[in-house]
Amino acid sequence: MDVYLPIANLSVNGLLIVALGTITGMLSGLFGVGGGFLTTPLLIFYGVPPTVSAASAASQVTGASVSGVFAHHRRGGVDYRMGGIMVVGGAIGTGIGAVLFEWLRALGQIDTIITFLYVVLLGSMGTLMARDGWRAVTAGRGGTKPKAARRRHHPLVASLPWRMRFYKSGLYISPLAPLLLGLVVGIITMLMGVGGGFILVPAMLYLLGMGAGVVVGTSLFQILFVTMVTTFMHAITTQAVDIVLAALLLVGSVSGAQIGASLAQKSKPEVLRLVLAVVVLAIAVRMVLQLFYSPDEVYTVAPL
Amino acid sequence: MRVLIALLALLALTGARDPQLVPSVSQDEIAVRQGFTGTELLLFGAILPPEQGAPPEPYDVVVVLKGPTSSVVVREKQQVAGIWMNVDAAEFRSVPSFYAVASSREIAAVVDARTAAIYELGLPYLQLSPIGAIDPEQQARIAAGLVERRRGEGHYQQVEGGVQVKGGVLYEARFELPSSVETGTYTAETFVISRGRVLVSEIARVEVRKVGFEKRVADYAENEEVWYGLFAVFLSIFMGWAAGRLFALV
Repeated sequence: MDVYLPIANLSVNGLLIVALGTITGMLSGLFGVGGGFLTTPLLIFYGVPPTVSAASAASQVTGASVSGVFAHHRRGGVDYRMGGIMVVGGAIGTGIGAVLFEWLRALGQIDTIITFLYVVLLGSMGTLMARDGWRAVTAGRGGTKPKAARRRHHPLVASLPWRMRFYKSGLYISPLAPLLLGLVVGIITMLMGVGGGFILVPAMLYLLGMGAGVVVGTSLFQILFVTMVTTFMHAITTQAVDIVLAALLLVGSVSGAQIGASLAQKSKPEVLRLVLAVVVLAIAVRMVLQLFYSPDEVYTVAPL
Repeated sequence: MRVLIALLALLALTGARDPQLVPSVSQDEIAVRQGFTGTELLLFGAILPPEQGAPPEPYDVVVVLKGPTSSVVVREKQQVAGIWMNVDAAEFRSVPSFYAVASSREIAAVVDARTAAIYELGLPYLQLSPIGAIDPEQQARIAAGLVERRRGEGHYQQVEGGVQVKGGVLYEARFELPSSVETGTYTAETFVISRGRVLVSEIARVEVRKVGFEKRVADYAENEEVWYGLFAVFLSIFMGWAAGRLFALV
């Protein structure tokens, strides 16, 4: 099924795009990550211009997150207080990210920086999750209980002032921690064209020490708002949002998100975490090859 | 007065000696609409030999199809401390978005390098108009990289032997336009060459434009960007919400 994309200016296989949307949607529902880290590189690999890929993937992530937020809201898995504070941080971060993006593009180093960020962030998060997931899985198999968590949250988080209670997350911490986390994720969203969930989820688990039951829903809630802002920013600045591409991705991802959310309730969380770690590490390895072994293209063309 | 008469006489003479060219294209408008997967363009025409007898030898024909040009910066990646990153760059003022050349024989056998450069016959002779004073060797290397890249995308083509000449009078050449062609005015120029000299050339124009839904979307994204952005956000929220409701029923 050939579909012509009016903004990307090329014709693509529509079913392939829907399938891509479905896979990323399932990731979104399962793990609370937006799936942008998978969509954007794959679209670029398919021949869609990088800016159009990032802009359209952002609107796809919005759709998948709405779907996921609804699903998690029904079972009480969203901490709106925590999410709201992170959204504020995210909005500030998007603004900083936009300025950084322009500066790096003028230097001509934006693609190297993006690839580098992918390697560092996906690599470290993937390793962290894989190590943890593997421990949990092997501990579960051996019949012994996994060791109890050494601490609730990172000592730096505990040292921040003005603590407040987050009942849903079961935390008594400073709102500065989620605000800063949201800010960092906002910058990354704008730079890399991804939702940032793959950083947010582990950070909420390991840095803030939030309960596993609310992490996915709350992360989706933050991603939802940040990607809405990103889509709109792209539409008015780069004008690179391809509505046809976004619609195709959305058809797949909104249904994929629902499937993923129901799968998440049935499967063991430690196994899920291990699977996500493998996906994340696979992308990181591809980026390492691109950075150190051979780039996709030696020559890149940009309008003057 | 005498000079004028002499000039007119010369013109009439050469006019009589050179063949006449009547070019045509299979479509003078290419509509980019839903389901557009690229198209084939047929460039054909007739060469009318001059009145004074048949040509001494068959004419050579070169056909060039060229898309709208733009200014670009081309960056070149090099390995710095093991990392591939953009190091050198060159700017070019007139880079065609599409360039396809076909000839009846090898271009090198039809014209010499100087003539090829004057008429831009062949990918090595594209006039990209580099801007700024950088090392010419580096500029040439980056220009070659740009041509190679566009060639890989199907936007630059060179088909030597791609022009068929029938009976020394009728010629035709076919070009494949990929779906990713830029919109705008394309020029199809035909050159009739004999003994390394361009006898006559004619231009036909092809308009590539988006029509219908595709045109409206592109216009809307460009002119009503705020509403377009809001619509994109609304669409994603609505579709996510609708899927949520739908699956809740299941």
